[in-house]
This record gives sequence, C-alpha cells and structure tokens, in this order.
Amino acid sequence: MTAGEPESESGPLQVRGTVLTVRKVDAYHAITIVAPGIAARFKPGQFVALAVGGPETSMVLSRAFSIYDVRPDHGGTVEFVFAASGPGTRWLAERRARDVLDLTGPLGRPFPVPRDPVSCLLVGGGYGSAPLFALADRLRERRCSVDFLLGAASGDRVFGALTARRTGRSATITTADGSLGVRGIVTDMLGQVIHEARTDVIYACGPMPMLRQVTALARRYDIPVQVAVEESMACGVGVCMTCVLPVVGSDGITRMIRSCIDGPVFRGEQVRWDDIGTIPFDAFGAPGWESRARRGARQAAGHGGAPQAASRPASQAGQAVPVRHASPVRRPGHGS
Amino acid sequence: MAPDLRTRLGNVELPNPILTASGCASSGRELAQFIDVSRIGAIVTKSVQLAPRAGRPTPRMAETSSGMLNSIGLQGPGIDAFLQRDLPWLLSRGARAVVSIAGNTVEEYAELAARLSDAAGVTALEVNISCPNVEHRGQVFACDAADAAAVIAAVRARTRDDIPVFAKLSPDVTDIVAIARSCVSAGADGLSMINTLLGMAIDTETMRPVLAGLTGGLSGPAIRPVAVRCIWQVSEALPDVPIIGMGGVMTGRDALELLLAGASMVSIGTAIFGDPSACARILRELDDELARRGIERLSEVVGLAHETKTTGRGRTNVARPA
Repeated sequence: MTAGEPESESGPLQVRGTVLTVRKVDAYHAITIVAPGIAARFKPGQFVALAVGGPETSMVLSRAFSIYDVRPDHGGTVEFVFAASGPGTRWLAERRARDVLDLTGPLGRPFPVPRDPVSCLLVGGGYGSAPLFALADRLRERRCSVDFLLGAASGDRVFGALTARRTGRSATITTADGSLGVRGIVTDMLGQVIHEARTDVIYACGPMPMLRQVTALARRYDIPVQVAVEESMACGVGVCMTCVLPVVGSDGITRMIRSCIDGPVFRGEQVRWDDIGTIPFDAFGAPGWESRARRGARQAAGHGGAPQAASRPASQAGQAVPVRHASPVRRPGHGS
Repeated sequence: MAPDLRTRLGNVELPNPILTASGCASSGRELAQFIDVSRIGAIVTKSVQLAPRAGRPTPRMAETSSGMLNSIGLQGPGIDAFLQRDLPWLLSRGARAVVSIAGNTVEEYAELAARLSDAAGVTALEVNISCPNVEHRGQVFACDAADAAAVIAAVRARTRDDIPVFAKLSPDVTDIVAIARSCVSAGADGLSMINTLLGMAIDTETMRPVLAGLTGGLSGPAIRPVAVRCIWQVSEALPDVPIIGMGGVMTGRDALELLLAGASMVSIGTAIFGDPSACARILRELDDELARRGIERLSEVVGLAHETKTTGRGRTNVARPA
C-alpha cells in the first residue's frame, strides 16, 4: 500500500477532482466535480470535505458539504449545494470548469433505509433539503413512498421545491415570508402531513432548531426520525474532535460523539437537543461523571433511553457558562 | 539518490522525521484510511489521561487568519481504553507509537508513565504539560520551571529506561530556555515544541466570544515563526538535546525550516485538518527539498541555521545531534 491509497474498498477517498460546472440555483450555488471513486462509494446522507482557497491560502480548515447528487457521466461526478456566505464558500462559488479541487469523501454515516416499503416523510430546511433527493431515489428503489416537507425563510431559499413537487407523492412547502407555499415553518405543517401521508418514518436535514422540533413532534406521534445534524467541523474525518454533540447510546450513557464519523445521521431521539453547546453533567467523562454515572443510568432507564435531567451549564466545572449563539451552527454544507 | 531521512528518537531509529502532532491524529486509526501509518516516523497520539474526559462545550473551533483556535479540552476515553484498543491497533499496523500523556497532578502523570511502561511497544512518551485548554492557568505546568521539572522528574522515575521522555513546552512563557533547561535537568530526554498559543476570537456579529470555552489554543502557519524562534533559542542553549519541532508546518519547505532551526523531528498538526494525507505529502516534499539541495542525509540540515559561516553547498558539516 502506498501513501494516499485507501485502506478499504468502501472507505473515503482523498482525490483531486476537476470542476465540471458551478451554477447558481436561486439563493444558492451548486458545484459538480468529477470524482469517480467518491461517486461510486456514495450513499445518501454522506458528505465531502473540501480544501478551499488554493495553495498558500490563509484558510487552513476543510469545509464539509452534504452530497446532493452523484451521476455516472465523466466516470462519476459529485454535486453539492452551498450558500456563498463566507470567504471559503465565496471562493468556491468563483471556481470555474476545469479548476481542480482537493476533496475527501464520501464521509459519515448515511441515512439507514427501511427494509419494508413504508411511507417516508422527508423534511428539509433551507438547502438542508439537498441530501434528501438522493435519499428519495434510494427509498423509491425500495418501493417506499416519499412525501416532502420543505421550508425556508423565502421562496428562493427553498432548495429543490420543483423536484420535490415533480417526484414526491406529495410536496408541502413553507416559507416564513409566505413567498412560496404556506406561510410559516415546516413544523407548523408536520402534524398535518404526517396525518395525510400516514407517515411511518421521518428523515430530516436542516438547521438544528428545526431538527430538534421535528424530533419532538415525531416522538409525539411515535414515529422514528433520522436526522442529519449540522455541526461545525474542522477536519471531517474524525481527528479534530470539534464537531461533537451529546448523544445517548443504547446503554443509556451520554457521550460527546463526533458528528463527522458517528453521524451526521443520528436517530433524532438519541440527540440531547437541549444540551447541545454544553457538556451535560452526566456525560461520559464530564467532571465527576463516575460518581453520578449510576444515578444517570437509572434516570435513563426510567425515561426510555434519553435522560431527561436538565444539563447544568459548564459553570459547574469551573468554566464560564457557554454563550448560545444567535448565528446558525454550520452543517456540512454551511462552511463559510 | 534519495536522501537518507533516518533520525533518532532516543534509542529508536525512525525511518524519517515526520510525525503527527498530538491531538491532530487521534490515535492514528482515522488517518489510516488515507495514509500508511507505518511509513511516517511515528504517530504521536492525542494526550491520554487516567480517566475518560468529555472535554469542553461547543463551539470548540474558530478559524483565524492562517490558523485556528481550538478549545477541545482534552476529550478522550482514558488510559484503559487506550491500552485495550488504540495501542494494540497502532502496533498491529507497524506504526511507531509516541504516546502523549496529560494529567491534573504530578502523580497522575507518573501513574500514566508507569502504566505505559508496563505495556509493550511504546516508542516514546511526550509529556503534555502545556495544554492551554484547562480550567486554570495554574494547571499549565510548562509555564513554571519548577512545576515542569516536578512532572518530568516523576515521569522519568516511573518510565522504563529504554523509553525516551519528551517534555512538550508552551510558547506562552517569558523564557522558554529556562523551562527547557529545567525539564532536561529533571531527566527529559528531549523536548517537543511548541504547543498552541493561548488565543481568543470574538464574533463581531453576535458580539460575543466565538468559543464556548472563551479561550483556545492557536495553531497553524500563523504561529510557525514563533515555533522557529523557540526551537532556535532552545537548540542554541542546549545543542545536544533532541527536539521534536511543531507549529504550523504545512509543507516540506516548512518542515525543513524547523529542522534548520534545530529540530530533528517535525510533527504535523493543523495541516492534517485540511489534508488528511498531509504527513505523507510533507514527507515527499521534504525528500524533494533535500534532494534539490544535494543534501544526502537529514542530519546535515538539523540545526544548520545556527552555523555562522554559510558556505552554501560546500559547507563543512558540524556534528549535531540527529
């Protein structure tokens, strides 16, 4: 094995991919890159990590983007959608055909798909809907029915509304300003759509507050929900420990889990949404956790797996109370 | 002809001087998807502690100009899991394992050293006495010569004789040479420098600190001149002490710069976050840099910048530690 060669047939590859197209899609950009190995290994929900800025750049970290689509042309292409919101993504938006990019993928745990032909509802916020279309194709191969519920601040920020309407059994669109579909947010319509579509499984991708609410509603209807989370990442491959969030394991223990390699797809109820941005006091390895571990396990057992004990802010550990930010946390694809 | 890149880490000969930097490669497993971990000089593990640790809250990272701040807070599964899972994996892949250790007290460091000495296959210990992401600055042993020496002496006393002990130093001190001397007097076989610099960033939109932990460690090419300066000063004062250099090395050229300053090994950290095969690439580039200059052996360039008379290719080689 030589350096640079992958260890397994199914793991991620690091390649130099040639840009095929960069196009504007409403408020977003979509870039297509020739990357045959990555396209061949891709499963819906996975992402790529990309170096931005070119040689001698001052931007040292990878940007992560959920894969929107792979196609067989040119040996295999990978397409993803992004908002040009920071220096890294603005640089990316300025790429032209034949530019060469360093990208690594496919990364992360894909969406699990049901064995039986069930009714699936795909919920997307903003361009978080991008990875849902490849998932929809995969689900239809499994004879599942696919309903879409997509929302954003305005019509030009609902990614894939047309495709959803064309390919979904149903497609419900919400916008905060009412410029497309129903005025409101996706969770306003979730109950109605679940009812009409007789939803068996929910898949969701979008801003963290949306995922949190979708999970809460899914629990109310007792419907399993798979979410692809947004967390800011530095490496995307599991070495930097930046993208952690508190996740409850099957043993009832909360761990700070890397969303890049143990996610980005999680079962919604495993994520401790209220405690994101903190180290829950009963998390594995939190200060004094061992002495509290037994009590935490008991609570977990009493609440069906997810400890309901409110997390204490990290001030308990002698640290400052973490500031909750008004700016959105970045998902794969939100890299600035 | 390809240059001879071999270098020595205590009693162990490494095939080349390129190592991972602690905290930037986990325990090697994730990077094995992209590089052959046995082909680089060694894997320096993320700092291992006695107990599992959850680390600091998120956001833990902020990109800065030519660098980044991290405030991970030493998240890790603890020594038991490391010995059970990570070390055997590294050895099974033929990788050389330099184990970084971190503790809250002198006794914790000593216990870690003893546990790792009992395990077979540890190439060296790197004693992380300089992580800036701890609750109290008083816990940064590397900021005080006596505290640093106390840790190193305790570790050296409990470490098997054939395992070299390297002290990892912080640049956030007035006189790094004094700390270096103190560590060497206490029994350090070598020095690793530099750890990250304590830094901070404020989001001007939210008008609040970016990191949940408020402060973080600055790394990346922004700090390379600080690394070069620290390595230079210590190597000038202690020319016989081997140095693992690190701090913003992105290319083979950057690695050469640290070697010229006096390092005989170079760890790659932040570069991995933008390029998971950075270690293999930088190794190739260093090979090219040396070959292009007609240099046959790595030892020829270690500390070369200290020589007052630069006579170009026809220079005479001064014996320096390799």
